[in-house]
Amino acid sequence: MSSLVKCPHCGLRPREEFTIRGEVATPRPSAGADEAVWFDHVYLRDNPRGEHREYWHHSGGCRRWLVLSRNTLTHETSEVVDASTLKLGGGA
Amino acid sequence: MRYSALSLLGNAFSENKNWKPAWRNPDPKPHYDVIIIGGGGHGLATAYYLSKVFGMRNVAVLEKGYLGSGNIGRNTTIIRSNYLLEGNNPFYEFSMKLWEGLEQDFNFNAMVSQRGVVNLFHSDAQRDAYTRRGNAMRLHGVDAELLGRDQLREKLPFLDYENARFPIMGGLMQARGGTVRHDAVAWGFARGADQNGVDIIQNCEVTGIDREGDQITGVQTTRGAITCNKLAMAVAGSSSHVAKMVDMRLPIESHALQAFVSEGLKPFIDTVVTFGAGHFYVSQSDKGGLVFGGDIEGYNSYAQRGNLACVEYVAEAGMAMIPALSRVRILRSWGGIMDMSMDGSPIMDRTHLSNLYFNGGWCYGGFKATPASGYCFAHLLATDTPHETATAFRMDRFARGYLLDEKGVGAQANLH
Repeated sequence: MSSLVKCPHCGLRPREEFTIRGEVATPRPSAGADEAVWFDHVYLRDNPRGEHREYWHHSGGCRRWLVLSRNTLTHETSEVVDASTLKLGGGA
Repeated sequence: MRYSALSLLGNAFSENKNWKPAWRNPDPKPHYDVIIIGGGGHGLATAYYLSKVFGMRNVAVLEKGYLGSGNIGRNTTIIRSNYLLEGNNPFYEFSMKLWEGLEQDFNFNAMVSQRGVVNLFHSDAQRDAYTRRGNAMRLHGVDAELLGRDQLREKLPFLDYENARFPIMGGLMQARGGTVRHDAVAWGFARGADQNGVDIIQNCEVTGIDREGDQITGVQTTRGAITCNKLAMAVAGSSSHVAKMVDMRLPIESHALQAFVSEGLKPFIDTVVTFGAGHFYVSQSDKGGLVFGGDIEGYNSYAQRGNLACVEYVAEAGMAMIPALSRVRILRSWGGIMDMSMDGSPIMDRTHLSNLYFNGGWCYGGFKATPASGYCFAHLLATDTPHETATAFRMDRFARGYLLDEKGVGAQANLH
């Protein structure tokens, strides 16, 4: 990853404009879901060495939530899309 | 060979031609009682205490690179035991006591220097929090002293006490805290373990873990297959990666943390100082360079380097604390990979597999824990019960709701 991130709305912007929220996790479980499902959702992480999809917030720009596909070994970003284009499916 | 004044003299008079390597470089045997994955500080310390205190000699440490290439060679060398919580403080104090006797114990000069650690505070709320922390430390028998602004001014005159946003009101000092030469810690433990018969195998990456049912039978490595009775993971930074080999998901994210060294300066900081407002910490090495660091990068990374945004942030925080730093040149920066656990505390426990043991999740505080981590992990490996100071580091504490939340930053590793 360079110090620039390509926002789909604003173009190349400095990394300091973004707030990072981490792994695009499994969909939020329903309130009544099993304890194990909630534990998994809240605490466990895939944390892969390689391709990683994560939420970035363009807090110092258009304020849209983005999803980056980034390689955690090389810091290279292959794709940046607006989070609203993502289909996450319903809660478990 | 034991190092002593006599051995120094003898070697000096024989023109330093007869020094022996500090540890052997053996080929892996087909079987070991215990295999420790990870030849970093914690892995080597585990092997050392396992062989010395618990008498297990048929032990191997597998290191994918060379000794000192991981986090043990990538930190800011600070040791302290200024912890607040019941589950943490006795452990880190145990570690501090081991540091205090370490060099005599393993007969190696690790340059343990108890120069003191001062945590600055900048508001009434922070002063109250540090007062409470200091009291908790004293209740555990750990030294702590709350210094007022005037006392600090005498001791550390170069700080910016009138900082507009974060005026320095005082600091919490632990006089027994300080620094240790980090590489020498790895070398000393490696030499000690080696002398007890432990095989330290470098350039040997574990590529797979063999199992039958819930039993580990051995590991596949870049230097062939090795079988074992017990397998121990001490690979902080790569914990999730290695755990994946046995289909284990962890409450851990990997983040890069950078550290920096400036050009050599005349001595002017004789303690470790941390800037409570900006997460900046600095000490001066015996060679004269300032050693300092700041926050983690904030996004998952396995690359042992950081980005410029963080370099700028750390430099700004340093300037806010010590304006005189503006003319100082940074010589080097480097990054290590931190196991950021979800409550900011380590995990040391048995796992869902009967003979696999896990040690990781040290966040950015693993260096100071090195001796106690090794001792307690060796205790767990040898006796199958946790050491009395490490009972709070259980794997299932997240599921059971017993988080060890020292800093109150919650479950988000990226909010640390």
